[in-house]
Amino acid sequence: MNSSVIVFPGSNCDRDIAVALEKMQFKNQMVWHKETKLPKSDLIVVPGGFSYGDYLRSGAIAGKSLIINEVIKAANEGCLVLGICNGFQILTETGLLKGALLRNKNLKFINKDINIKVINNDTKFSNKYKKDQILKINIAHNEGNYITNPNHLKELINENLIAFKYCDKDGKINESCNPNGSVENIAGIFNSKKNILGMMPHPERMVDNLISNTDGVNLFSSLLK
Amino acid sequence: MKITKQIVEKHGLKIEEYANIKKLLKREPNLLELGIFSAMWNEHCSYKSSRKHLKNLPTTGKQVIQGPGENAGVIDIGGDDAIIFKIESHNHPSYIEPYQGAATGVGGILRDVFTMGARPIALLNSIHFGSPDHSKTKSLLNGVVSGIGGYGNCIGIPTVAGETKFNSTYNENILVNAMAVGHAKKDKIFYSKAKGLNKSVVYVGSKTGRDGIHGASMASAEFDENSEEKKPTVQVGDPFTEKLLMEACLELMKDNSIISIQDMGAAGLTSSSVEMASKGELGIELYLDKVPCREENMTPYEMMLSESQERMLIILEDGKEEHAKNIFKKWDLDFVVIGKTTNTNKLTLKYNNKIEGEIPIDSLASKAPMYDRKWIKKKLPKSKIDFKSLKKVKIKDALIKILSSANHSNKSWITSQYDQMVMCDTVQKSGADAALIRIHGQEKIIAVSVDSSANYCKAHPITGGKQIVCENWRNLVSVGAKPMAITNCLNFGNPEDPKIMGEFAECLIGIKESCEFLNYPVVSGNVSFYNGTNKKNISPTPVIGGIGLIQNLKKPMNHQFKKGNNNILVIGKTFGHLEQSVFFEEIYSILDGQPPEINLINEKNNGESVLEIIKNDLAESVHDVSSGGLLIALAEMSIGSNFGVKINKPKKLTNLFKYFFGEDQSRYILEINRENMKKVEEILKNNNIFYENIGLTQKDYFEVEKEMKINIKELYKINNQWYNNY
Repeated sequence: MNSSVIVFPGSNCDRDIAVALEKMQFKNQMVWHKETKLPKSDLIVVPGGFSYGDYLRSGAIAGKSLIINEVIKAANEGCLVLGICNGFQILTETGLLKGALLRNKNLKFINKDINIKVINNDTKFSNKYKKDQILKINIAHNEGNYITNPNHLKELINENLIAFKYCDKDGKINESCNPNGSVENIAGIFNSKKNILGMMPHPERMVDNLISNTDGVNLFSSLLK
Repeated sequence: MKITKQIVEKHGLKIEEYANIKKLLKREPNLLELGIFSAMWNEHCSYKSSRKHLKNLPTTGKQVIQGPGENAGVIDIGGDDAIIFKIESHNHPSYIEPYQGAATGVGGILRDVFTMGARPIALLNSIHFGSPDHSKTKSLLNGVVSGIGGYGNCIGIPTVAGETKFNSTYNENILVNAMAVGHAKKDKIFYSKAKGLNKSVVYVGSKTGRDGIHGASMASAEFDENSEEKKPTVQVGDPFTEKLLMEACLELMKDNSIISIQDMGAAGLTSSSVEMASKGELGIELYLDKVPCREENMTPYEMMLSESQERMLIILEDGKEEHAKNIFKKWDLDFVVIGKTTNTNKLTLKYNNKIEGEIPIDSLASKAPMYDRKWIKKKLPKSKIDFKSLKKVKIKDALIKILSSANHSNKSWITSQYDQMVMCDTVQKSGADAALIRIHGQEKIIAVSVDSSANYCKAHPITGGKQIVCENWRNLVSVGAKPMAITNCLNFGNPEDPKIMGEFAECLIGIKESCEFLNYPVVSGNVSFYNGTNKKNISPTPVIGGIGLIQNLKKPMNHQFKKGNNNILVIGKTFGHLEQSVFFEEIYSILDGQPPEINLINEKNNGESVLEIIKNDLAESVHDVSSGGLLIALAEMSIGSNFGVKINKPKKLTNLFKYFFGEDQSRYILEINRENMKKVEEILKNNNIFYENIGLTQKDYFEVEKEMKINIKELYKINNQWYNNY
C-alpha cells in the first residue's frame, strides 16, 4: 500500500508517522508542501505539528498551501486521508471535514495518555478494532476542543460518523474524562463518505511497546486490509 | 559623540576597564566600539570573575570528545554516535518577561546543540521560584511553564525531565535553566573555529530587530526597583523560525560546505563573529549594510548589539554559496553573505564602504578582563537545634505535610503542558529518577537528569557542591544507566561580594572533587552571576545536568513498586542526619546546621553495586533516597503504583524521625523479588556494601509497623492536590 505524508514548514510529527507507516509495511513517501503533484497514493497523511507556527490560527495557512489542492482533489476522488492533531485542524480548515477545533477548555497545552472508545469500527480506518474497544492513546495539543453546528452534529451521530470519543478507563463517557471540552467528547470524526478521518490523538505514538503501547497498530493494519 | 563617564557606566563598564580599553586600542573608542567592548567584556560573555575557578574543573576523560569552550560539550557513546549537550540560564529575562524569557532560553540552548551538527532529542529544565505566597510567584510560574512548553512543543523536541522548586530566596530573582541534548554522528560534528582567508561569512535565519539590545549586559547586573523598565532588553522568540533554521542547518550539514558555524546568542552578531575569528586566529570583516533588518534605519550599533533570536553565522567553503543559498531558500530563510575572513586579526565593521569601527580581536577575547576576586571560606555551621524542645508530631502527619507541600507535590500540572513524546523515542518520561531517550533507530538509550540543592550549598558550599554531583549521578544509576558526563549551570549572587565569591569558589571545589572521583567530567556549562535584587543575593544554586548510557536495555527501570510481597532493601547506611533536612524545613520551618556529608568511596561502591544488580535483571524497582529521606522515597515508590509497603520498626536508631526523615547520602531503595534475594545479597556482600532489609511491599497500604497505616490512593490524593489548588 502506498502512502504519502505531507510535510509543511513546522510539521513535527512527520517523521513519527513515517516510522510507524514503514513499520506497518506501507511504502511511504514524504511530500513537501511546495509540490504541485502527489505521488500515487492509497493513503495521504496530514501529520501533527505546528504548520506555519500555528500563526493566524492553527492549520489556517497550511489549509491554503499549494499541495493541499492536490490533497482535496485526491480526497474527492476517494483516496483515504488521515489527519492527525494539526492534520485534523488543517482538514477542517480545507472544508474536507466540517467543524472546527478551539482552544482547550483549560487554555493550556495538554500532553498525556487518555482513553478513547472506538465508536464506529465499520470503516477502512477502524475495521481491526472491536466496537466500543477502549484504547489508551497520547494527546498533545493546544486546540483540540471540537465544535460543530447542531445540524452537522446530528449528522455525525445519525450517520455514525464519530470515530472515537474520549472516555474513562472503564469506557464511561462523561465530562470528567473529556480533556479539552470537545462536544460529545469527540476525539475523531469521518467525512460522510468515510474516506477521511481526522483525530486529535496520536496513533503513530502507540505502535511500540518500549515507548508506550500498541493500541495504534490496528488503525494502520485496518488500512492495509 | 564624545564618550563620557556616564556613557561608560551606562554600558556596565568600570572606569578602570574603560582605561584598559583605551590602552588596548591606543585611542578612544567610538560609541559602536564601546558597545562592542561592553558586550564582550560583561560577566555573561567574558566569564571574567569565574574563569580562574572554572579552569580547575575536570573536563577530560575517555568519553569526552569536546569539553567546555565550544557551543556545547560532546561525548562518545560508542559506535558512530556522539551526544552533544549543554545547560544555560535565562534568569534575568524570565523574571522581567516570564513567557518570552523562558521561551528564548529554550531556543538559545537548542541552537547551541544543533549548531554543532546534532539533532536535538531532549529538553530539560530546572526552574526555581520564590515562595508560593509571594505576590509574583503564581504569574511567573504560569508564564515560565507556558514559555518552556510553547517553544519546545512547537519546534517538536520532547521536554522529558526537570525540577521545579520554591524558596523565598528567589522571590525577586527566579532561576530558569534550560538544557538541550542532541545526537550526532561522531564524524559530523561542527565547530566554531574559523579557518582560511577570504572565506564568505554568511548570515542566516531571522532578520535583525531592535530586541534584546544589551541583553547580556542586563544579565550581568543586579536588579533594582526599576527592573521592569528593562523589558525591551528581553528577546522575543519564534520557535517556528527556529524549526526551519534547525532543519536548514542540518540539511546543509549533510555535506562538507561548512567550515565553521556559530549561533548568535548573547551579544548576537558581535560575540558570534569575534568567537569564530578568535578561535581561528583570524580577522573578520563585516558589511553591516548587508545585514537583513526587521526595522528601518537600524544603526551599526543596534545591529551589532541586537539579540534577535533564531540567527546563525556560517563560514562557507569556496564555491558553496549557491548550494547553501538554495537550502535556506527552500526553508524561506534569509541567507546573505555579510563579510569575509581576513588576516588582520581585527574585527572590521563597514557600513556603505566606510569603516565604522575596528577592534583587535584579542582585545575582545583573550585580553578581556579576568579577575581574581576576593573570596572568603565558609565554616562548617554548628547546629543549634535542640530536638527535645520541639513540638511533637506524628510520623504520619509529617509525611502528609511533606507530600502535600509545594516542593514535594506531584508536578504533572507542569509536565502535562510539555510534549514529552514527540519524536517517539521517549522510553521514560519525567517523574522518574531520570528520563530515558532511545537513540533513534537503535537500541542504545541515554538517561538524563537535572538536579540542584541550594539549601545544602548555602549551608556549606563545598559539601553542597559535592552532594549535588553525587545526587545527579545517583539518579542516573537508579535507572540503570552508566553516568558519563555533566553540564553545569552555576547560578550565584554578586561576585563582587567576597562572601558570594566564596560560595562560588567552594561549590566548585566540591563539584570538582565529586566529578574527579566518579570520573564524571564537566563538558559544558554556563555561569550566571548577579542573581539578586537590591543587594539581596539568592542562595548559591549550581544546577547539574547529567547524561548516562544504557547499551542494551532489557526493561526500563523506574521507581514504582511492581508487586506485593517483595523485599525492600535499603542500600547504604542510615545515620539520621536531620540538619538542613526537608523535615525540619517543612515541619518546623528550621533550616540550620550542616548538610549531610558525602563519602565518595561509599557513593561509588553503592552506585556501582546497584548498577550490577540492575544489569543482572535482579531488581523490580529502584529509587534513590534524596530530599525528605527514607519515608518520602518509599512514598514516592508507592504513589502511582498499586502497591505500598509494610516497614518494620528499625532496630538500631531509636529516634524514628531521624531514621525515616534523615537525609544521609549515597542510599538507594531496591524492590527485590524473593527469588532473587540470594543473588542480590551475594553481590552486596561481595562488594562490601552495607544494606538493610526493612520490610515488604504489599497491596493498597503504606504502613510502618505500629506507627502508621494509610491507603496509597489517599497518599496519591495528598500528593496531587497542591498545584490544582494553587
